[in-house]
Amino acid sequence: MPKIQIPTPLRQYAGKQPAVEVKAATVGEALADLVAKHPDLRRQLYTEDGKLRAFVNVYLNDEDVRYLQKEATSLKEGDNISIVPSIAGGATSSDDLPGFTGIELRSNRDMRSSLAFCR
Amino acid sequence: MATTLELKPEADTLTNEEILRYSRHLIMPEVGMEGQLKLKSARVLCIGAGGLGSPLALYLGAAGVGTLGIVDFDVVDYTNLQRQIIHSTADVGRKKLDSAAEKLKAINPLLNIRKFDTRLSSSNALELFREFDIIADGTDNFPTRYLVNDACVLTGKPNVYGSIFRFEGQASVFATKEGPCYRCLYPEPPPPGLVPSCAEGGVLGILPGLVGVMQATEVIKLILGKGESLIGRLLLIDALDMKFRELKLRKNPNCPVCGTHPTVTELIDYNEFCGIRGEEKPVETAVPEIQVEELKRRLDAGENLFVLDVREPHEYQICNINGYLIPLGELPKRVHELDSSREIVAHCRSGVRSAKAVDFLRQAGFKKVHNLAGGILAWADRVDPKMPKY
Repeated sequence: MPKIQIPTPLRQYAGKQPAVEVKAATVGEALADLVAKHPDLRRQLYTEDGKLRAFVNVYLNDEDVRYLQKEATSLKEGDNISIVPSIAGGATSSDDLPGFTGIELRSNRDMRSSLAFCR
Repeated sequence: MATTLELKPEADTLTNEEILRYSRHLIMPEVGMEGQLKLKSARVLCIGAGGLGSPLALYLGAAGVGTLGIVDFDVVDYTNLQRQIIHSTADVGRKKLDSAAEKLKAINPLLNIRKFDTRLSSSNALELFREFDIIADGTDNFPTRYLVNDACVLTGKPNVYGSIFRFEGQASVFATKEGPCYRCLYPEPPPPGLVPSCAEGGVLGILPGLVGVMQATEVIKLILGKGESLIGRLLLIDALDMKFRELKLRKNPNCPVCGTHPTVTELIDYNEFCGIRGEEKPVETAVPEIQVEELKRRLDAGENLFVLDVREPHEYQICNINGYLIPLGELPKRVHELDSSREIVAHCRSGVRSAKAVDFLRQAGFKKVHNLAGGILAWADRVDPKMPKY
């Protein structure tokens, strides 16, 4: 089964696992299976209209799926999918703990968050 | 394919002192006299003298890079010392620039150090970058990342990139003529502030060492024109599993900065680009607050106050005031554990997270909630000086 590597900031939405095995024939199906297994990830990876977020890079093995057939890229046994978020850390010395400054809590169902750790 | 940098050959000889100092370079065919002269002629600008900047500057200085520029406006504090190895305990309170320059001079008095005591901005970056051959990015935030990238593309300087988070790192070389830039990889920054929880913060102290040394290696290779550069490759480092992976990066022909029809032809407002509007603290000031002295007095008087701690469990272990722990991220689904008829005082480390919690609880119908102004840090400062601060 193909495996999806989960980057550190997203692991808390994926049962703290570093990788998740999925049943899928394409990259799109793999991601769909991932969010089906871990619904909290959906908001991290997709916009409200169901598109992959622009700052979420998805790699099949070492290749960016944007340069393959995107979500239609087919998978074979043993393939490795990676979600690669942008990270900005380097010197971290600000007032509050890094990456915190603005969580927004709206309601039980709309708790916004993302894989970003800007600031 | 090795990338050759066009260096102005200012240095044409090494002194006997330099020959002795760099002898372990000189006897290597990959460096030799020619390479060492290239290093001596090279001008490298380090953005930041923090976690990544520390090993970067130390190794580049030791290796004989002729001119090392450092941009930093920060001062050393105790929390830096766990990873920013260019600074020592005695430097706490000093400018990082001064502290770093002193260490570099001690290692290599032949080094020409240029200190820029300023925040890198759209108004100074281009001018600054033009005076250097290579830019090494050791910053800690998205606006500066995009600023460094764009300024590198616009001035034609390679951007030796490193970034870290907890125990994961990334390294690459961006903005060379033949290779992709940071925007080819990440056209847009993630929206600001939509961050899961404070538990996500922090960094393993050795990680910037690992990644900063990789950046230093890439800088040296660019100067020497030797080896296989990280151009077009993103190296992913997982220090916890000690696994290194690499991903292919491609130059995006539609890249807004380095593509065939660029739309970004001058530096922009990067705070705005990253969706950050000034130094805002919107929620914090909008919620009712209680001062630590008042909380202490009322608790001592035996009043029926409910103290809610919205930090993470591992923070609670560092210090606490016996509050009821619900991490901010869990608050929406655990709100039923709270009694809305009681008066609640929410606190976190510094008061930012608990302000969000108070705001959230008020929207959820809680009437008597206060934010502990300044958080447990203020409590440590003004009520219980024995309490550790972190």
